Amino acid sequence: MSWLDKIIGKKPTKDEDLWVSCKKCKEQIYVSELEDNLKVCPKCEYHFRLDARQRIQMLIDPESFIEHDQNLTSPDPLKFKDTKKYKERMRATIKKNQTNDAIIAGSGVMEGISVELAVFDFSFMGGSMGSVVGEKITRSIERAIENHVPIIIVSCSGGARMQEGIFSLMQMAKTSSALQKLSEKKIPYISILTDPTMGGVSASFSMLGDIILAEPGALIGFAGPRVIEQTIKQKLPKGFQRAEFQLEHGLIDDVVHRKDMKSTLVRLLNMLQNTPQEEPKEEEKIPKLTNPPEVLGA
Amino acid sequence: MVQILEFEREIFALETQIHDLVSLSNMYDSVGDITDEITKLKKKLRRMKHDVYSNLKGWDKTLVARHPDRPHMLDYIKNIFSDFYELHGDRHGGYGPSIVAGLAKFGDQSVMVVGHQKGREMEEKIARNFGMSQPSGYRKALRLMRMAEKFSMPVITFIDTPGAYPGVDAEEKGQSEAIATNMFSMIQMRVPIICVVIGEGGSGGALAIGVGDRILMLEHSVYSVISPEGCASILWEDKNKTGQAADALCLTANHLLKFEVIDQIVREPLGGAHRNHKQAAIRLKKALRTNLAELREIRPDELVRLREEKFRKMGEVVEASA
Ligand SMILES: [Zn+2]
Repeated sequence: MSWLDKIIGKKPTKDEDLWVSCKKCKEQIYVSELEDNLKVCPKCEYHFRLDARQRIQMLIDPESFIEHDQNLTSPDPLKFKDTKKYKERMRATIKKNQTNDAIIAGSGVMEGISVELAVFDFSFMGGSMGSVVGEKITRSIERAIENHVPIIIVSCSGGARMQEGIFSLMQMAKTSSALQKLSEKKIPYISILTDPTMGGVSASFSMLGDIILAEPGALIGFAGPRVIEQTIKQKLPKGFQRAEFQLEHGLIDDVVHRKDMKSTLVRLLNMLQNTPQEEPKEEEKIPKLTNPPEVLGA
Repeated sequence: MVQILEFEREIFALETQIHDLVSLSNMYDSVGDITDEITKLKKKLRRMKHDVYSNLKGWDKTLVARHPDRPHMLDYIKNIFSDFYELHGDRHGGYGPSIVAGLAKFGDQSVMVVGHQKGREMEEKIARNFGMSQPSGYRKALRLMRMAEKFSMPVITFIDTPGAYPGVDAEEKGQSEAIATNMFSMIQMRVPIICVVIGEGGSGGALAIGVGDRILMLEHSVYSVISPEGCASILWEDKNKTGQAADALCLTANHLLKFEVIDQIVREPLGGAHRNHKQAAIRLKKALRTNLAELREIRPDELVRLREEKFRKMGEVVEASA
């Protein structure tokens, strides 16, 4: 940084700030170009990780998002300490991230359709699920039931949060249970899996969507590839646990490019909701014929 | 060959001493009357066992929970139920040998019993995949729990697994989906469900048969989101830090009762269930009988409502000031 930059507080303009190298095809891409392209490599379509706020912006109509439960945080019930205290780790992360935990939840509108939306924030401790994540997901589901609107959950997580021990594990049961109630009310739930969706997150609400969509190339699975390699002592096949692999094995409904995600959701939600909620009343069942019968066939 | 755990060494030394004295006094009259001496030592042994076993830390508990002589699901079945008839298969191409399930008689009542089976001898261990189930095991469990619901039978599950199997085929067949679907389905079953952690409650693989009205834990069993080894290697980046990791994870029955994640601790015979399979089973049987009797009084709608409420409350959050 030059003395002049120091004085005027200008950020250093090193090469890596302007350019980024694609993780897949190694192409050098302008950061601004990548941002404009929804963080998808223009050359090979590699989907870079999107942060939660960007994701919400991408999916929800402008100005329509109302965030809920943003002040929930973990009281650190285990007083967990590894090489560092969990409390300290959290404090540092909260300060850096401007969110209180690894998920943002809220209500919004998608091309006129009201939805509940919960989006994981991977930058907050790897998107790991502790009590706060589980609670916010559960409350989102409960709001969807109360307001009778569909729910969309965008997963991006390494799994359960070890630092909250058994409480983290129980979030799997809690969220899955809440979805049972939603299902009984016949309210649609679309689960979107992004890179990565693993462990306790994949083994609970993520895999319980009425419809499960994934972004191209997303790593999705129960056990991490490293754990599996150590267990079976073999190299894993190429493409193992990627979204396309999951599709081929019948575990998800479709792989959807990021640029098509919103339109796909709107299309699906319209179809899912275009069914009568109850049996129509008797007099409504018989169409009133204002035209002569032969015209109907035309 | 009995396996001796590190913290049991003193106990074993004393046991050997008592044993030697007894045979000595039986063999030679010249030793004189040492009955008093023996009684004193036996008393000391009891106290020592009690002290050691009531103060076990997380990692020691983990070792007891995994003890090779610890009673497994099939040992409890033998000692608790009559007329157990094992049923097989998930009906979708899977056999699921890591989980045993079937019809059994508990007193005069038919029940569905489901549980992980780790295997005792090497051959059985391999056949059972060390109690690490494939998706087929969980799907078989669900199929049979649904059958229990159909015929209004209570379900009793025995949890004892290092975790769900991490393998290529398990992933291909939807390990995550199998676990998730079990939790999703168990929450609304209209029959009583009692889950007992008898050894190792290993994460999602345990929870896949762990959603019920009553969650019991044997005194020296453990239940955790991750194994101490896994936690140590990730957070400490040192797989030898299992002691610290086990303590930090708060995986003992005492912790989990305090956290209200489980409902009851079933005491084990002095020195652990592995010292006396029969006694361990008798105590568990008693606990099951009481809980089943209570649950049978509750109407199905209410049962489901209470179960939903129970799991809804799991977790600890606070509202921070904005
Ligand atoms: Zn690229």
